[in-house]
This record gives sequence, C-alpha cells and structure tokens, in this order.
Amino acid sequence: MSMAGPQRPTARQRAVADRTMKTLRRRRVVNGIMTGVIGLAAVITTLPLLFILFHLVREGSSAVSVDFFTRMPKPPGEAGGGMANAIVGSLIIIGVACGIGLPIGVGAGLYLAEFKGTRIANAVRFLADVLNGLPSIVLGIFAWQFLVKPLGHFSALAGGVALAAMMIPMITRTTEEMVRLVPTSLKEAAMALGYSRARTAMTVVLRTATAGIVTGVLVSVARIAGETAPLLFTALGNQFWSLRLDQPIAALPLQIFVYSNSPYDDWRQLAWAGSLVLIAVVFIISVAARFATRSRVGAGSHD
Amino acid sequence: MRTEGTAAAVAPAAPPARAGGFSLAEEIVGKAVGDRVYIAVITGFALMVPLLLILIFWEVALAGWPAMRQFGFSFLTSSEWDPVRGQFGAASAIFGTVVTSILALVIATPLALGVSIFLSEYAPRWLRQPVAFFVDLLAAIPSVVYGLWGIFVLIPLLREHVVPFIRDTLHLGVLPIFSGPSWGNSVFAAGIILAIMVLPYIASVSREVLLAVPRSQREAAMALGATRWETIQKAVLPFAKSGIIGGIILGLGRALGETMAVTMLIGNKHEISASLFAPGYTMASLIANEFSEASGDLHLAALMAVGFVLLLVALIVNAVARWLVWQVGRAAAGGAR
Repeated sequence: MSMAGPQRPTARQRAVADRTMKTLRRRRVVNGIMTGVIGLAAVITTLPLLFILFHLVREGSSAVSVDFFTRMPKPPGEAGGGMANAIVGSLIIIGVACGIGLPIGVGAGLYLAEFKGTRIANAVRFLADVLNGLPSIVLGIFAWQFLVKPLGHFSALAGGVALAAMMIPMITRTTEEMVRLVPTSLKEAAMALGYSRARTAMTVVLRTATAGIVTGVLVSVARIAGETAPLLFTALGNQFWSLRLDQPIAALPLQIFVYSNSPYDDWRQLAWAGSLVLIAVVFIISVAARFATRSRVGAGSHD
Repeated sequence: MRTEGTAAAVAPAAPPARAGGFSLAEEIVGKAVGDRVYIAVITGFALMVPLLLILIFWEVALAGWPAMRQFGFSFLTSSEWDPVRGQFGAASAIFGTVVTSILALVIATPLALGVSIFLSEYAPRWLRQPVAFFVDLLAAIPSVVYGLWGIFVLIPLLREHVVPFIRDTLHLGVLPIFSGPSWGNSVFAAGIILAIMVLPYIASVSREVLLAVPRSQREAAMALGATRWETIQKAVLPFAKSGIIGGIILGLGRALGETMAVTMLIGNKHEISASLFAPGYTMASLIANEFSEASGDLHLAALMAVGFVLLLVALIVNAVARWLVWQVGRAAAGGAR
C-alpha cells in the first residue's frame, strides 16, 4: 500500500512476458522464412517457361523462313526444305476435328445450359469432364480400332476423329458457360415477343454467346494443334504432299517428333523451327482468347 | 423475378393473327414442332458424350480382351514382355508409370502450392493476372515440344550437372535410387519433365480453391493475432485441403497418361530398376513405341490391354479428383452464406 508509482512486475510476470516475446520473435522469423519460400516457389515456377522459350527462339528462329512454310521436306543431308505438307496436313486434320466436334460440342453445351440441374445434365457434364481427362494416347488407339482397322488404312479422317474426341468435352463446357452468361432478361424479351424456344436459342442466346464460344473453340484448337499421341496410329504422317482424307497425312507435331529423334542436324533444326511455329500459334491464340474473355466479362458485369 | 412475371403476362398476347399466310393456330403448332425438334437435336448431341465414352471403353476393352484372357491377372504382375516368345506382362510399364508420376507430383506439388498461395495471399493485384497467365501458358506447350526441349536441353543438363551434383557433392550415390550407371534417358528425366507439365494443372486448381476460401476465415485468424503464415497454415489451407488434394489427383491423372515427352525421355526399356537413373517404360510410352511395329495379333492385343488398364486408372483418378474439387466448391458456397 505504501508503494508509489507504477507497480513493478513480479519475476513470474517478467518470465511470462519474456516467453511471449520469444515466441513472437520465433513466429515472426517463421513467417519471414515462409514468405521467402513461397516467393521462391513462384519464381522457380516461371523459370521453365522462360527457359523453353529461350531455347526455342535461339535454336529455331534461324530456320523459320518463307521456305519453311512453302517447301517440302528434303532428304537428310540436303540443307533447306520446309514443312509445307505438315502445316497443310495439320490444318486439314484440325478442320475435320472441328467439323465433327463443333456441332456435337455446341449442341451438348446448349443442352447442359437449357436443362441445368436435371439428373441427365449433371451426368453428361460429369462424363464430359471424365472424357476430358482421358489420356490422349487412348483416344489414338480407340480411333485406330474404330476406323483404321476396319477401313484397312491410316487416314486423315481417323486422326480428325481422335482429335474431335478431345475437342468435344472442351467445347461442351465452354458453350455451357458462355450460354449461362447470357442474361435471362434477353431470353425473356425474346419469348415475350412470341419467339419459340428454338428460335430464342438460335437467334438470341447463341448469337449473344457467339464471341465466347468462338474463343473457347479457338482455345481447344490451340490445344489439339500440338497433340501428337492421338495421331501416331491414325494420321501416321506422310513425307509427301497429300490432301486426301482417306490417306495417311503429315502433321506438324508428328513431323517434329520424327525429326527430333533423327541424327541429322538439318532435321533437328527443322524440329526446333516447327516447335517455334507451333508454340507461336498456340500462344497467340491463348493471349488473344485471354483478352477477348476479359473484355467480355468486364462488359457483362455492368448489367 | 419481376421481369419473369411481365414476360409471362405479355407472352400469350404477343403473336397477333396475321392476315393471309399462317393462321394463329398454325403458327403455334409450328412453334411447338420447332421446339420439339430443337430439344430432340440438342438432347441427341448431349447423349453423344456418354455414347462416345462407352464406345471408347468398349472398343479398347474388346481389342485387349484376347491378351487379358490369355494372361489373366498375371498380365498385371509379370514383368516379362517378350513379343518373340509371345509372353506379355505389363508390370514394368505399370511400375514406370507409377514411379514417374510420383516423382512428378513430389516435385510439382510444393512448387504449385507455393505459386498458388503467392497468387491468392501475397501478390499485389496487378501481379496476379500476369503470373497466373504465365503459369497457365505452361499447360499450353505441346507435349512434343517438351520432349524436344528435354532431349536437347534437360538431359545434357542432368547428365553434366545435376547427376554429378547428387552423387559427388551430396554423396547420395550410395542410395539405391541414385545408384547405377546414368546415360541420360531415364525415369528421372521423364519425372522432371512430367513435373513441369503437371505443375500448371495443380496450380490452377489450387489457386481457384484458395480464392474460394471465405474472407471471414482469414480475418478471424488475423484478428486473433496470427501472422500471415499462421493464417495461411491454420485457417486457409485446412479449408482448402480437399480441393488442393483434388488438384493434385487431377495432376496425377495428367501424369499417368502423358505420352510424347515421356516416350522421348524415358529410354524405353522393359526393366524394373530401383535406380531413378535407369531407363524404363510407362504404359503410355509402351503403346506409343511398340504399337505401329506390333508383331502379331497377341502383341497388338497386349498393347490394347495396356491401353485399357491406363483407361481404367485415368477414369478412376479423374472421377475422384472431380468429386473432391466439387465438394470444396459446395463447402465454400455453404461457408460464404
């Protein structure tokens, strides 16, 4: 009672305070370390992409020329030559895949959006995701068994079917998402004008969602454009010029695969150049799709 | 809600009877028919998805049946793969698939988790989009390009720097997994390239799941005086746990079926070796490598049977992953309410 001023802490209180300070310091150190570790992980993750791009440009850029796009492959030992047949072949196979995959994917996506919440729609959505996760080599042997074996020869058509099986689930899911973004008020306005359900879907819903669906299709094209495994036993590859759907056809990724395993420097260089072109196409589509999606989502949020 | 009401009220009055051409009754009937056709068409397209899946399953199973019938369960346990003597067992390919996938996940998971935690908890807003896009681009690189890069950049790098470092500097050569000769093409190289390839899948799922964790969860931990890492460790990660596991399993699904890059790097040899530096085989690379040169029907059937095993495993792995991710979405929606 006689003590004046602030009470001095007891030894026990000091010990507790010390311990708290010590724990706090330790917690802060741990926090600092983990912040560093996480930042480091983020940096390491971006490195492989930079490395790959660096090597592609360094090794491939010198072989990317007009010849690369317009000339046929040359025998090993002869300098020059291009991949004209492989580029055209890839375009044809992708065209076939789109021809099959687009209607099915868009139709199934419309169904999922129209009947959302029903048991069948949920099952179809789940199975589309499962299909999306199947290894691409399995789609290749499926297309071989389904088309190549009964018809008796490798063909561009079989390659297109294998790639279409990859495209369908991707297009289905993007179509569903894009159709769902269409405001209900638009659909109701069309219905109020006496439009039937079918006409509303075709002229109002699909048209509003077109930009998004096209973006989604482009992204899936970018993904299948680089696929090799499904084409190994279907399109097979071809050293010569071919535009026929019922014959083996060359494809850019297949050609890269063959050339990268070859012992010839000229061919290896062409493999690098082919990879550079492939990556450039894929990245341009991805970046364009990114910006297209962002601007549309931004515009949509104002509603 | 209000717009719905007005739409319903106005709709019956909207189509006026036209003079000449169609009567109102004909128009309504025509609409009903059009709608029915539309529904039938989109239903048909939607049913193509399950049909396609069943068809794939059926064709591959049927083609692999002769081998499955002849070898039975020993197809999975025997490692003897001898086309000349007509003996086929897929154990070495299954072993290689498992080892490369595990190696890939062990390397990729911490990095993917790190980058997604960085993006959801640390990064300033302006940095989020570019870094996320950068990681997503990794998923856009075609497998065959990874393979090409692996052959000419990764393998020399491993041979000249990483393997000597592990053996001579760290003296880990005594461990069986780092023993034996090393030429370059190996399970190790395949695992590393797979790690880079599955990283974006794990990262993007984890990022989405982490962003779905309610704000209140973090604020509560912060209010109790937790540091940032403690908040992440005790409040955010447990909430997102099953979704992150779903992402890892999704990455596993990708790793199991990845073909081209692995075929180009793994060395393609039927052997079960304890050493990561030895060449090996995976199920996918076995099919890719031997299918076009299959000698005889049984060899082909055996490869188809390997494809069927791969198909089954991928199916199960994917279904489990989707279910886990879906569950977190539901829990997060419940928590936010």
